Amino acid sequence: MNGDALLKLDHITVAYGAIKALKDISLSVNEGEIVTLIGANGAGKSTTLRTISGLLKPQEGKVYFKGHDISGKKPHVIVQQGISQAPEGRGIFANLSTEDNLEMGAYSRKDKESIQRDKEHVFHIFPILQERRKQEAGTLSGGEQQMLTISRALMARPKLLLLDEPSLGLAPQIIKQIFKVIQEINQQGTTILLVEQNANMALHIAHKAYVLETGKIVLQGKAQDLLNNPDVKKAYLGE
Amino acid sequence: MEEFVQHLINGISLGSIYGLVAIGYTMVYGILKLINFAHGDVYMMSTFFGFYFARWLGFAYTPSVIGALIILFLAMAACALLGFTIERFAYRPLRKMPRLNLLITAIGVSLLLENGGQILFGADPKFFPELIQRAELFRIGDISISNFQVIIIVVSLSFMALLQYIIFHTKTGKAMQAVSFHHENASLMGIDIDRIISFTFVLGSALAAAAGILVGLAYPRIDPLMGVLFGLKAFVAAVLGGIGSVPGAIVGALIMGLSEEMVVGYFSSTYRDALAFFLLIVILLVKPTGLFGKSTSEKV
Ligand SMILES: Nc1ncnc2c1ncn2[C@@H]1O[C@H](COP(=O)(O)OP(=O)(O)O)[C@@H](O)[C@H]1O
Ligand SMILES: [Mg+2]
Repeated sequence: MNGDALLKLDHITVAYGAIKALKDISLSVNEGEIVTLIGANGAGKSTTLRTISGLLKPQEGKVYFKGHDISGKKPHVIVQQGISQAPEGRGIFANLSTEDNLEMGAYSRKDKESIQRDKEHVFHIFPILQERRKQEAGTLSGGEQQMLTISRALMARPKLLLLDEPSLGLAPQIIKQIFKVIQEINQQGTTILLVEQNANMALHIAHKAYVLETGKIVLQGKAQDLLNNPDVKKAYLGE
Repeated sequence: MEEFVQHLINGISLGSIYGLVAIGYTMVYGILKLINFAHGDVYMMSTFFGFYFARWLGFAYTPSVIGALIILFLAMAACALLGFTIERFAYRPLRKMPRLNLLITAIGVSLLLENGGQILFGADPKFFPELIQRAELFRIGDISISNFQVIIIVVSLSFMALLQYIIFHTKTGKAMQAVSFHHENASLMGIDIDRIISFTFVLGSALAAAAGILVGLAYPRIDPLMGVLFGLKAFVAAVLGGIGSVPGAIVGALIMGLSEEMVVGYFSSTYRDALAFFLLIVILLVKPTGLFGKSTSEKV
C-alpha cells in the first residue's frame, strides 16, 4: 500500500441496484497534486466522486483519506475531515444569495473571522461574485454559478478538493479562466481531483491522470505522457 | 361597518392560529416532500399536554399569566419531543423508500395518535382550564376586543416573526433552506441533514403546540379528534399560500381565518367547514402552486 497518498481508492466496486457503475477501481492522489480522471459520458466519473464524498457506499473495496478508512462515513463527516466537492451541474442553492451559498460552504467551520477572510479571498479570485453577493444564486450566469460552486467548496478549507466537470456548458474563454484558477488553488496548497470530459484542458494542468471506460480504469500515468499517447489522442483529444 | 371590523379581528385571530399549524405542514413538505398527516394530531396532543400539566401543577385552579406561559412552554417542549420522536422512529427509516410509503406511515401515525388519544384521555370532550381569565380589553361602539384575541394575535405573530428570523437570518435556518433545496448537495456542504430534518420537526411541532394552547384558551372544548378538521384547514391554508413557503403559509392561514369568519358572519355557520374544501378546489383549479408557490423545487 502507498502509505503517503492523501487519498486512496482500493479496489472499489459501486453499483446502482444491479448495475455496476464502478468495477474494481484503484487510484491514488498524493498531497499537492492535481490528478485528473477523464472519460466519456457515463464512464463512472461522477460515481467515483460521489463515492469519495460518501453519497454512495462501495459494495466492495475501501476509500482511505490520510491513511484512515472513510468508506461508509456520512457525507458531512467527510467534509469535516477535509474533502469538499464542487458537484456536477454546480448544485448551487438557487434560492439563497451568493453570499449565503458561500456561508453554507463554510458550514462546518466555527471561526467567524477566518471564514470572513476566506470569503474575501474568493472574492479576490472571482471579483464578479462580490458584485453578485446579495443576488439570488439562481439568477447568476452559468460561468458565475461555476465560480460560485468552486468558491463554495473552497470555503470548507479542504485538504482535497473534488471538482466534477467544471468546464461543462461554459464558453471557452470562461473555461480558460476557471482552469487557471484551479491551477492557482493547487499552487496555494490544495490537492485536487479533477473530473473532466474536456481531456485536453484537464491533461494540460494535471500531474497525473486516470482514464475511465465503462467503470474500469483502462489507462493511467503522468498527464504529460497521456497527452502524447496515441490511443488517448484518438479517443479523447479528437486528433 | 362595526360588524365588519369585529369579524376582521376575529378572523385575524383565528387565522393566526391556523398559521402556527400551517407552518409545520409547509416546512415538513419543503424538506421531505411529505404531507405530514400526523401534524394536526400533534396540535391536538398539545391541548392534552396543557390540560394535564395545568392540573398537575395547579395552574388549572388559579389563573395567572405566569402559569399560562409555563403551560405554553411545557406543551411546546412536549410536542417538540413528540415531533422529534415521530420523525426519528417512523419517518427516518423510510426516507429512502418511495414517497408513498412515507405518506401511508404518516396516516398511520395520525391514526395512532387519534386512537391512542381516545384510549388515554377518553373520547368525551374535556374542558381546557381557564389559565387566564377572559376579559374585555376594550370596546369601541359595538366592537369588543377580548384579552384572548390580543393574546392570540400577539403570541402567534411573535412566534412567526421568530421563525422568519431563524429561517432567513441564522446559519441553521439557511441550512434548512439548503436541505429543502437539495439533500445531497446540502450534505456536501458539511450539513448533517438528519439533524436539520429533526430540527424542522421540532420547530414545526412546537409551533403547532403553541396553537393548541391558544385554542385551548379561546375554545376550551378539547377532544382527541379535534386535530383532524383543524389540521386539514391548516393544510389547505399552506396549499393556498404555496406549500413549501413559510410566508405563504402565514398569508394563506390569514386568508383562511378571515374568509371562515366572514362566511360565518354574513352567510351561515353551516358553511364554516365546507369553506376549506371550496378554497382547496379553487386553488387547485386556478393556481395549483399557491400564492407564493414557485413552479420549480425552490421551497421553504
Ligand atoms: N442514480 C443512478 N441510478 C442508476 N444508474 C446510474 C445513476 N447515476 C449514474 N448511473 C449510471 O452509472 C454509470 C456511470 O454514471 P456517472 O458516474 O454519472 O458517469 P459520468 O460522470 O462519467 O458521466 C452510467 O451508466 C449511468 O447511467
Ligand atoms: Mg458525471
